[in-house]
Amino acid sequence: MKPEQANQLKTLPPIISVKNLEKVFEDGETKTAALCDITFDIPRGQFVAVMGPSGSGKSTILHIIGLLDKQTGGSYLFDGKKVSDYSDEEIAHIRNEKLGFIFQSFNLLSRTTVLENVKLPLLYSGIKESLWDQMALKAIEQVGLSQRINYMTSKLSGGERQRVAIARALINNPQVIFADEPTGNLDSKSGQVIMEILQKLNAEKKHTIILITHETYTSELAERIIYIRDGKIESDKLIRARREANNFVK
Amino acid sequence: MNTYQALKTALLGLRANAARSILTILGIVIGIAAIIVVVAIGDSAQSMILGQIGGLGSKTIIIEPGREPQGPSDMTAILSDSLKERDIIALKNKANVPGLKDLTPNVIVPGSVSYQSQTYRAITFGSSAFLSKVLNIQPAEGVFFGDEEIKQHARVAIIGSKVREKLFGLSTAVGENIKIKDKNFRVIGVLPPKGQVSIINVDDVVVIPYTTAQKDLMGINHYNSIMVEANNVEDLARTANDIKLTLRESHGITDPAKDDFHVMTQSDIANSAKTITNLLTWLLISVAAISLVVGGIGIMNIMFVSVTERTREIGLRKALGATDNNILTQFLLEAVLLTAAGGIIGIMLGAGISYIATLILSQVVSMNWTFTFPLSAALIGIGVSTLVGLVFGLYPAYKAAHKNPIEALRYE
Repeated sequence: MKPEQANQLKTLPPIISVKNLEKVFEDGETKTAALCDITFDIPRGQFVAVMGPSGSGKSTILHIIGLLDKQTGGSYLFDGKKVSDYSDEEIAHIRNEKLGFIFQSFNLLSRTTVLENVKLPLLYSGIKESLWDQMALKAIEQVGLSQRINYMTSKLSGGERQRVAIARALINNPQVIFADEPTGNLDSKSGQVIMEILQKLNAEKKHTIILITHETYTSELAERIIYIRDGKIESDKLIRARREANNFVK
Repeated sequence: MNTYQALKTALLGLRANAARSILTILGIVIGIAAIIVVVAIGDSAQSMILGQIGGLGSKTIIIEPGREPQGPSDMTAILSDSLKERDIIALKNKANVPGLKDLTPNVIVPGSVSYQSQTYRAITFGSSAFLSKVLNIQPAEGVFFGDEEIKQHARVAIIGSKVREKLFGLSTAVGENIKIKDKNFRVIGVLPPKGQVSIINVDDVVVIPYTTAQKDLMGINHYNSIMVEANNVEDLARTANDIKLTLRESHGITDPAKDDFHVMTQSDIANSAKTITNLLTWLLISVAAISLVVGGIGIMNIMFVSVTERTREIGLRKALGATDNNILTQFLLEAVLLTAAGGIIGIMLGAGISYIATLILSQVVSMNWTFTFPLSAALIGIGVSTLVGLVFGLYPAYKAAHKNPIEALRYE
């Protein structure tokens, strides 16, 4: 990236800005506070790991900032705008155009080819269908699966499936990629490949990446770690000795 | 998402469960097929009946003994002997029925006719030359008998084309003697082939003077029916009423509810036939409609299963940017595609069954029963099956559309 581009990015508001975020789950009479007073900004292009033990509320954070769920208190600005002002339909469009999701269990459509899976977000995009294949092939190339485009996803290994999911997340060239335990269902070697791809996307394409993980060694591949415990931020720090995934040794 | 893409998505969803999809639509297929069969057969039955009634001519009035039949099994008309010669005399009096142009009493003679060793179960009845006017038919060979033959109780007969063929084959019929109830009748005329007219198959008839039939063959004093021609169509209702008043007077009846005869005009017959066939058709349609409701419930059930099974897919689609409407459209389209496909298959099946049924009916019953594809019923069938999909698919689709994406993604 050229220096002036980098400066431009810095002058823009943070892509994600949450302040005093609260989430209370209500189940009849009982109320459970899942998140409490969460405040942080994520600048554009940052690779952030949200870390914490299971039940800490890290997934709830991802759901809220990934616009899959709504907070019960506090404010959330996405791309400088208040999310609560958007209608459900507008939020669906933001998810489609600006966000990409990678899930622990891949969530690919079965009995469907790699190409069709990667094209799925375009169905809801309003982009001309004649461009779809070209866009999908480009995204598949970025995850190194060009030789597998017509494979049924059921014929692929776990690592390959997750790469299909990454290609799917990439197809709309999203501003933010959310990865929810992307290596959780993979062996360490496949996990390493996935993390390499994510690091590369962050470094070369400047995608903002928010990685949810409970593994310390995975979180250390990010440039910043927000540590959540019991619904609160326990620590939030930049990593000085950031590791490269290709040197990753378990 | 445009319509084509939406259709493609819905089709993919259905294809994933092809066997289940096919089983699901069976209810709709059967329901629509049943409706098509009922309507097709009902329509052709009705057009056949109306066509035959129409053959009588619109100025014809028929008087039958007994009160108006109260149902298909009401035999009072056949058993009653209330129409007698005094009625003919009363009706012919211009002062009583000014609108009456002509009439003939009819007498039915049961049994077969024979010529040498050939016997045929013809429909024999006594009538007059007036019958040939009402049926609008003239002998192809020979002549019809006239008033003189009636007065003299002549033993002459006019025979239908099929009777001629069965008894005489290729040889000449006119001038030969045939036997009816062991009495010789000279054939003086042969009718051309005409088929069914009203309740009579003209090709099967043997017509003899009514006097001969009544007195010499049957030995009775009454008639089985009286056919009347009115002067004009406009006065038909008034003439029919005059006939009723005359017959009541002649029979000494003061209370119309106690009538021992009934008077039918051409349109009365057509209307009652129409009413009966329509009623039957609707009755059968409503039975078939139950199958559609059952089929619809089946669709709804399967759509619920499908929505639950695909909870994760719904969550994923939402995470990738599908709006509630996108999801609603997808599932609703799946249901509608299912039922519409069921409808189309049902229409084809129904048309096939009614075609075969028509063939069998025309062979077995030997009526000129023609197959008519009920286009209106087919269009309604497609409409109704689509509607069933919309109605029974809406709630499952609504449930799908309002799934919370997080819950949906977590669902195992």
